[in-house]
Amino acid sequence: MTTQLALSQLLNGLQLGVLLFLLAAGLTLVFGIMSFVNLAHGSLYMLGAYFGAAAFTHTESFLLALVAAVVGAGIVGLLLDRFALTTLYQRDHLDQVLATFGLILFFNELIRIIWGPSSVFMQVPQALSSTVDIFGFTYPSYRLAIIGAGIAVALGLYLLIQKTRVGMLIRAGATNANMVAALGINIKWLNTLVFALGAALAGLAGVMAGPIVSVQPGMGEPVLILTLVVIIIGGLGSIRGAFLAALIVGVVDTLGRAFMPTLMRTLFERSTADAAGPALASMLIYLFMAVVLAVKPQGLFPASTSVTR
Amino acid sequence: MSALVTKSLVKRFGGVLATDHVSLTVEAHELHAVIGPNGAGKSTLIGQLAGEIVSDEGSVHLLGQDVTRLNTHQRARLGLARTYQITQLAKEFSALDNVLLAVNARAGHKAHNFQFWHNAHDDQDAMQRADAALATVGLTSMRNTLVATMAHGEQRQLEIAMALATEPRLLLLDEPLAGMSQGESAAMIALLKSLKGRYPMLLVEHDMEAVFALADRVSVLVYGRIIATGTPDNIRSNREVRAAYLGEEMP
Amino acid sequence: MKFFPQPIVWSSPRTVTAIVVLALLAMLPIIAAAFDASYYVSLTTRILIYALAAIGLNLILGFGGMVSLGHAMYVLLGAYAVAIPASHGVTSGFTQLAIAISSTALLAAGVGAVSLRTTGIAFIMITLAFAQMLFFGAVSLKDYGGDDGLTVAARSSFGAFDLSNNVTLYYAAFIAVLVALYLSWRAVLSPFGLVLRGSKANARRAIALGHPIFQYQLVAYIASAVVCAVAGVLLANLTLFASPSYGAWTVSGELIVIVILGGLGTVFGPVVGAIILLALEEALPTLIEHVLPDYKSNWMLLLGLFIFVVALVLKHGVFGSLKSRSP
Repeated sequence: MTTQLALSQLLNGLQLGVLLFLLAAGLTLVFGIMSFVNLAHGSLYMLGAYFGAAAFTHTESFLLALVAAVVGAGIVGLLLDRFALTTLYQRDHLDQVLATFGLILFFNELIRIIWGPSSVFMQVPQALSSTVDIFGFTYPSYRLAIIGAGIAVALGLYLLIQKTRVGMLIRAGATNANMVAALGINIKWLNTLVFALGAALAGLAGVMAGPIVSVQPGMGEPVLILTLVVIIIGGLGSIRGAFLAALIVGVVDTLGRAFMPTLMRTLFERSTADAAGPALASMLIYLFMAVVLAVKPQGLFPASTSVTR
Repeated sequence: MSALVTKSLVKRFGGVLATDHVSLTVEAHELHAVIGPNGAGKSTLIGQLAGEIVSDEGSVHLLGQDVTRLNTHQRARLGLARTYQITQLAKEFSALDNVLLAVNARAGHKAHNFQFWHNAHDDQDAMQRADAALATVGLTSMRNTLVATMAHGEQRQLEIAMALATEPRLLLLDEPLAGMSQGESAAMIALLKSLKGRYPMLLVEHDMEAVFALADRVSVLVYGRIIATGTPDNIRSNREVRAAYLGEEMP
Repeated sequence: MKFFPQPIVWSSPRTVTAIVVLALLAMLPIIAAAFDASYYVSLTTRILIYALAAIGLNLILGFGGMVSLGHAMYVLLGAYAVAIPASHGVTSGFTQLAIAISSTALLAAGVGAVSLRTTGIAFIMITLAFAQMLFFGAVSLKDYGGDDGLTVAARSSFGAFDLSNNVTLYYAAFIAVLVALYLSWRAVLSPFGLVLRGSKANARRAIALGHPIFQYQLVAYIASAVVCAVAGVLLANLTLFASPSYGAWTVSGELIVIVILGGLGTVFGPVVGAIILLALEEALPTLIEHVLPDYKSNWMLLLGLFIFVVALVLKHGVFGSLKSRSP
């Protein structure tokens, strides 16, 4: 049935969406607080996947794989912040783009040296390898678990940011970093915390995606670009925006890929549709982003409204 | 004809009225000062006049022409020039290039600079105008100095030179004395005095002494509203004004 | 009329460097022929092509402060403007150039008009997004090779002469670089360039003075895209191949690296940057082979570190660090 197909594609879209959110949350906070453009965020995702895959192979425990990915990526993030990136926070975006572009090449090659150029296989954990019946169609329980975990993390982040003192500082920092500094808060400490947190979330996204994508060098870049689209559409520095935009992008991209070619066939000749359909599907979210920016240059859910132009 | 007429200008930020039905005029040859405590809406008002902040209500007329719907660069081309409270200069340019940038946007000059071939410095007419503007503010010796290396006071003077180089029909001066040493202030006040009468000016300033020494008329802005307009003597003796400035020094 | 837009200080380190580099480039095919090292001709042609694209990018990046992370898309467009007509038997270079330039100008006008509504990080990202769109568009051209790209059967011919000879192609690229350098030199110093540089230095002030900077930025953006498209035309001729990978975002990244490496805001910087980056990419594998033979293929690790360090410490780039006047 097509409705079942549509529903399962919708779930796929949500699943992609929550993964994107895990990446976007860190990226958008880091941008909001430090005004730092971190292209190497995708590398942290990749590292998470590799750490997880390695731990899973050795221990056969998915839980340990999760821990390894989150802690490992978090530590790499911490080290990056402390030893490599701090001086870049004050620089302009151009230097940041360039430096983190260099880091991408570095990490991709590092992974290639350690784990080899071909992809590493990671199994779906035993407990989640079956399928579940929803509304009369079957859906892999692992993907459902990703959606659940992603939403749980989003909820946790929400509580952290809305209900705790640290969260209050993060919110304040994202709106006005100078103000937080003026309040006498050690902004460096806050930076490190946010950066490591973002890295850990990227690592989590990586390990969760591990069993359903191919774990290989360079796997971070396509995801990074999608994530960038998410934070731009959502409004830079806005967690809420990142969450909503991640779901929108995930669903639009997935549904586009699934149905655009068929849809095109009803409008155009088969040959035209077959040629243009997939292309249009891949372009869909970029088109969407261009339209959003053309109409609302600040994104859909901006973190703060600026007074002057 | 009045150089500037505003009628009931309003700007709201959220629920707050930053400017509350501000009506004021700057007559030809007049130096009209706007004073007010911090947060009175002075910067918002300047922004609305320059077009950087879009007004919610009211109108702005420049030399009899309605410019309410025009954006910043269009207003500038009609002769509205402004300076900034926090210097806004091309830091990696020489003083000359800053002024030349202004000269090339002067009011009444051709509407665009889409000339790609000749060196901008080869335009003798423009160069003379730029040098003249630098001379007016006393920066001739700094002509080829990089702005980033200039002293704060000199940068403030350059701000004025750039405004003058556009050959304005109205000058908006946003706290030109901000952050200046006593000596620098004195020089700036002398400069403004020399410009008085040559250009209609709207001066927003914190330094009361300077305002009362320079202005033909003074308007007092409190909580976005003009509570009084009059000659310096009038304002000095105005009760409401003294109340608004309670605790602050009135000369 | 003066040929040079500004007086030349012959003794300044920058002038000397530029002249020496250009002289060496002018003589390279002759030197290569003498040493029977024709490989270096095609390597240097590639360097010149990257330099040309970077000169284009520099126009907006170095002088307009617009960080485009999508300029490889115009290189891609230029390459396909050669490859697609060639696959239909159209090998006239004039036709191909006309297609490349007109389609690029059109696309850049649209992309620029939308992108320039944003600034800063959003501008970086939206240019990247548009480049991705074109990239996927090229991938979807199944009739023209799709993912794999398509080979170009013959090099472009310009009436009496064609580019089939490697040395001819070399000099075509060299002359294109010279012309681009000269034109951008003039443009940067012109009244247009003054406004463009002013919009980079302080956009708010430039607008308040009465300059509608959006128009200037858009014109610069289109011009810079067209230069990149010409580079794409040459690239397709050099490799006899056009592929979506020409428009990969990493290529856009490399172009930025070249501009920064040479020196942001200098006219000649991109040439120096292209020479350094491509020579490095060429030399690193060989160098590593001597020290750690097993890791020859992992030279990108060092390149990544190099770029990172460049971003961190090299504020003015290699050429930009040279004095513009003699002491």
